[in-house]
Formats: sequence, C-alpha cells, structure tokens
Amino acid sequence: MIVFDRPHALADVKLHYCPGCTHGIVHRLVAQAIDELGIEGRTVGIAPVGCSVFAYNYFNCDMVEAAHGRAPAVATGVKRANPDNIVFTYQGDGDLAAIGTAETVHSAARGENITVIFVNNAIYGMTGGQMAPTTLPGQVTQTSPYGRKVESVGYPVRVCELLSNVTGAAYLERVAVNNVKNVRAAAAAIKKAFRYQMEGKGFSLIEVLSTCPTNWGLTPDKALAWLEENMIPYYPLGVYKDKFAEEGKQA
Amino acid sequence: MTTNILISGFGGQGVLFTGKFLAYEGLLENKEVTWLPSYGPEMRGGTCNCSVIISDTPIGSPLAPYPDVLIAMNLPSLDKFENDIVPGGMVFYDSSLIERGVARTDIRAFPIPATKMANDAGFATLANMIVMGKMLKETNMFPAETIDKTLAKVVSARKQNLLELNKTAIRLGYEL
Amino acid sequence: MSEKVLMKGNEALAEAAIMAGCRHYFGYPITPQTEVAAYLAKRMPQIGGTFLQAESEIAAINMVIGVASAGKRVMTSSSSPGISLKSEGLSYLAGCDLPALVINVQRGGPGLGGIQPSQSDYFHATRGAGHGDFHMLVLAPSSVQEMASLVFKGFDLADKYRMTTMILADGTIGQMMEPVSLDMGEVREYDKPWAVTGTRGERKHNIVNSLSLLPEELEQWNIKRYERYAQIEKTETMYESFMADDADIVVVAFGVAARVARNAILAAREKGIKAGLIRPITLWPFPKAALKEAAKHAKAFVSVELSMGQMIEDVELAIRCSRPVLLCSRVGGMIPTPEEVLAKIEEADKTGGAE
Repeated sequence: MIVFDRPHALADVKLHYCPGCTHGIVHRLVAQAIDELGIEGRTVGIAPVGCSVFAYNYFNCDMVEAAHGRAPAVATGVKRANPDNIVFTYQGDGDLAAIGTAETVHSAARGENITVIFVNNAIYGMTGGQMAPTTLPGQVTQTSPYGRKVESVGYPVRVCELLSNVTGAAYLERVAVNNVKNVRAAAAAIKKAFRYQMEGKGFSLIEVLSTCPTNWGLTPDKALAWLEENMIPYYPLGVYKDKFAEEGKQA
Repeated sequence: MTTNILISGFGGQGVLFTGKFLAYEGLLENKEVTWLPSYGPEMRGGTCNCSVIISDTPIGSPLAPYPDVLIAMNLPSLDKFENDIVPGGMVFYDSSLIERGVARTDIRAFPIPATKMANDAGFATLANMIVMGKMLKETNMFPAETIDKTLAKVVSARKQNLLELNKTAIRLGYEL
Repeated sequence: MSEKVLMKGNEALAEAAIMAGCRHYFGYPITPQTEVAAYLAKRMPQIGGTFLQAESEIAAINMVIGVASAGKRVMTSSSSPGISLKSEGLSYLAGCDLPALVINVQRGGPGLGGIQPSQSDYFHATRGAGHGDFHMLVLAPSSVQEMASLVFKGFDLADKYRMTTMILADGTIGQMMEPVSLDMGEVREYDKPWAVTGTRGERKHNIVNSLSLLPEELEQWNIKRYERYAQIEKTETMYESFMADDADIVVVAFGVAARVARNAILAAREKGIKAGLIRPITLWPFPKAALKEAAKHAKAFVSVELSMGQMIEDVELAIRCSRPVLLCSRVGGMIPTPEEVLAKIEEADKTGGAE
C-alpha cells in the first residue's frame, strides 16, 4: 500500500534544483496544500525570476512566468480578472525583497486576496551566489567577499516584521524547512494561507527559511545546521500577523 | 467659412465653459467644430484660454493663433492676444476689469462692463455669459433662437438651477 | 448612426475602451493623460469593471500582464516618462504573445521634459519599446473621433494577433474636444485557449511564459513571431491620403502635425503648388508601399513632426532615399504653425529639396 505519494498538483517531471536544495520541499508543500484543498483546477501560480523560475513547469495548475519582482502585480491582474481563481506567487528573496519590494508592500497594503510563498535563503542562487537583501551580517557571498558589512551596505530586510505594520495584510508567518517538525509547521502555514484566500480574507505571505548548499559552500546537512544556527536567530519563526486568529480560536 | 475664436481670462471666469458653449452651438448647427484648452500644472487663479474653431469645412489645425474673434476677460489676456487678431477681426472685453482701450484701429472693439453688470444683476460669476451674449449678436454666428436649446445641453444636470440665470446673462449681453 | 456628442479625446478613448469590452484598467497619474484615469475611475465601478491606481507604472503594466494572461481585455495609459517605465512590461507582453492596449499621450522629453504635446516617442513606439526583437501595433489618432475608433479597432487587432496595440497620441488630441460618434459596431470575440483561467481538471496546464534557455527554440519563437508581423504588414497598414494623388510635394505627418499640415497644403494649393498629404494611421506597420508609390510622381517629401526628426527615417527608408525628404519640426511642446509647414513646402517646391 502506498502511503507516501507525489501530490497531484506537483508535475511528474525532474526538478532542476541542486542536490540538497530545499525548493523541492517547498514545492511539495504548496502542491500538497492545493491537493488537500481540492483547488488545482482553479489555481493559477505566478513564477518568479530566480532559481525557481521553472516553477511553471513543476506545478500542474495554470502558470504565468513574471518579470523579476513583479509577481504580485501580475497576480493582482489575474485575481482581478477572475476572482474565483486561487492565485499564488512563488518568489525568492531577491525577487520579493529587493527589486520587487514595491509590488510586495503595495499588494499587501491593498489587501489583495492572494497567497505569497516567499523562499528566503539569504542569497541570489541562480546568478551564482550574490548578496541578497536578506544576506546576514558578515555572510560571505560573491558580491560581499569580505562578508556583508552593515556599515556600507546596510542591514538585512526582515519581511514579515516589515509587513506586520501594513494594515492590509491578513496573515504573515515565518517558517523553516530544516527539520521534520518545522516542515510540518510550514505545511500547516501554507495550507492556512491558501484557505484564507478561499475564504476571501485577503493578503497572506508565508516566509520559508531555506538553504542554498551550493552557494553557501556547504554540504546539505551542514547547510541545514547553518540555517538553524544563523538564520533562525536573525529571522525568528512564528506568526507575525493573523487578523483572524481570534475567529480561528472560536471556530 | 471658418471662424477662429480665442477666449482668455483667469481660471474661474468661465473661459472653458464659454468655449464649450460655442462649440456645442456649432455642433447643433451641423458645423465642424474643435475646442482646445491651454493646459498646465493644476492650479487655481492662473490664466487660461481656449481656442474654438467653427467651420463649414473639415478643420485642420485646432489651434487658433490668429483669431477672428477674441474674448478677453482680463488685462493680461488683452495684452497678450490683441496683436494676434486678424485685421478686420473683433475683440470683446470686460471693461470693468480692463481699464485701457484697444490700441489697434484695424479691428472692431466692444468694451462691455460685464463684471459690473453681472454684479448688479446678482450673478457675479456670469460676466462671461454677458460678454458672449454681445459677441453672439455682433458676429451673428448663430440664429438667436438656438441659444436656449444649446444652453440646456451644456449646463450640466446638477447645475440646472443655473440655467435661467445663464439665459438672463446672455440676454443682457445680447440686448446691449 | 448615433448622435454626435462633444467629447475630449482622452474621454472618448476611455469610453471606446469600455465599448470594446475592456473591464480592467490600471494606471498611475501623469499629465497630460489623467482624464483617462479620472473618467474610468468613475465609469468602471458603474459597470462592474476594475479601475485600480497602481503603486507605479511598472506595477500597472504587470497588472495588465496578469489580466491579459487571464484572457480578458485590459488597458493602461500613461505619458512619455511613464511609458519608459512600462518598457519592461511591453517586452514581456511581446515575449508572452499577450494582447493588451497601451495608450501613450506623449509629452516633450527627454527626462522629465515638459507637459506640452510631443511626438518624440516615435522611435520608442516603433523601434525600441523594450529589449528584444518585437513590434507593437502602433496607431496614431489625428482626431477625437479616431481616439475612439482606433481604440476600438486596437483592441480587436490586439486580440487577433496576440500583440500589444499602442495608441500613440499627443497632448493636443487628448485635451481637445470635437464631435464624436460612439457608434462602434459589434465587438468580435476571440477564442483564447491559451489563457490561464484554471485547468478545471479538464486540460493540461497552460503556461504564459517568455523564457527559453534553448537557443534553437527561442530562435523559432522569434521567427514565428516575425512571420506574423510580415502578415500584418501586408494586411493591416492604414493611412489617409489627402490631395496626394497628383502631388509634387508630399507631406507626411501624423497626429496633430497632420492637422496643421492640412492647413498648409490647402494654402500651398491656393498658391499653385501641387502639395498633398499622406497621413500614416498605423506607424507600425508603416505605409511604405503608399510612399513608394507617391515617390513615382513627387519630386520631394516633407516630414512634419513634433520631434527632432524620427519618422523622417521611415519616410527615407520607404522611398529608398529616391527623393529628397525635408524635415519640418518643432519640439519641446511647440507645434509647427501652418505657415512654417507652408514655408517648407515652398522650399521643397523651389529647390526640389536639393541642398
């Protein structure tokens, strides 16, 4: 008897991600949520520019490939055209928190009824490991070869904290995929974000702390440990905003 | 036959509305018409003008740099455009606000104490319609009986209470 | 035929968009096209449509991409500096083969430039609207009536060819009022099996995408697109000819410049100079064949533009430089007077354009 199978919403193709990369896990969690909620037939995903650019090949729902940083604006158009569609974006840290900051903040401010999956691995992966808006202080990358110097390039952007002050945002949670416990919490958060959209509750964003073993220069297991030791202290996990938390408790 | 009309004054003096009225008159009389406003950064109290062209044949350029008829509602407008009027043209101006006379002798000048007349009649904001009334009479561009019909079309639905006042103002100018 | 009403160009085009079935508009305030947004902000909610003021021009064009991906008619409008910001999106629209309508009510540039009328985005619209090989259908209205009718037609062409139609207007045509008939005829519906509306579990997923990392594949995409462009050049070119059939001097002008030129041509004819006008209505595709034909009898051409001389290159290309082409231009928000155009026609007539 098969107890563990590929979600239907996840296409049966070979992913191009590097060994040990956690994008595969996050893809699976998104697909699983779509399956469990039974919404594949009405879901439209927006892929970013970055490592997950080919996400449009990996999900079985309809997909649009957006320009760098513009996924929330494209999602706004898709959702406004057909409000019955469930619309999600899948974006990395450079896409969402650097070049696409305006689109991120304003789609949240409008309370756009979409779901944003934000994969934060503290580096630009696809272009070969440059400094990201979320690169940690002191972290060595191709464009911060002496470590990120906050005196000259400033501090990492904490997206959930930033958006928690935006009135239009409905649900913000930071999760990680570095161990089984955290993966299960991430699965629940992603599913809840989709459910909120189905219920018309507005903008939700799930920030997923992820690894990039290749560009971090670590083996996959060491990368998971590095995430635990360095990223989680700087980017604490948890719910940053849930407009409907009380309602949820009563139900 | 083509008539180029330039209407100029302060923002708030009904310059654009006067032009719109004339353009509508032309439309209802089956003429070719264009209406072109000057436009600039949004602000109150600046000068503004609009060109209206009324013609029996298709209109090329909508600009009227050399008007046959100038309506000047303030001194800067007369100063700026007096010399552009074609020889034999006409100027209608509000002589309650413009103290000087018209220098040119090759055009016909019609001073109208419009602001004073409007104040006396109790509708200070309709000086433009008084000047236009006079202009309609002197140019004889349109049959007098069409004026009320056009006015009903141009005055917006939420300002219909001003319709009668506008009619009265035009008549004041027309009968001058 | 419906009764003619007096409307501003910007409002006529907005109403025509609604009549064409457009129910989604995204924009950002900029002079001199703000009436388009203001008009639609009022109208869209009345008819269950979407009016959304975006956080930027870039966001607006990407929202357009979203609606276009979903298979619905959509438009945005802006003026020159805003159109520069939209350039990225224009390239993606082309790369994804999406239909959309984009209005550029041009103002003087470069940089912040001014707010008075201009035609200096001709190169941008016809050549370099963004990175990569692509064209947009570029329509140039010369009257308030055309602001309406070309928007209506522009939506149809966009759907028909899965392309962006750009309405290249100028501040004069946008701001002026003229009588206009809004009798636009029937809206033709197009099947859009490629749209992302949800698979409903009934088909393979649709992907709207401009990326290919396989050079062989990307080359084929480009070649296919240019085959479509070649077809469009054959069938969709539009121009108006005014007294040009026997003209010695052929004036080429579009938009407000064409209206000024018309006055000058009538004045030239009164002086015994056989002048005529060819007014491109489509700037891409450019009416090359008509100009080549005119070169058989014309001794010189005059390109009248509100730019430092952009369309003149297309005129010279169209006639393969077989006749002299003189430039009559004003820029920065200035508009040539009929007298200036007439003087250039006379110069061309005297010298045959020889320098």
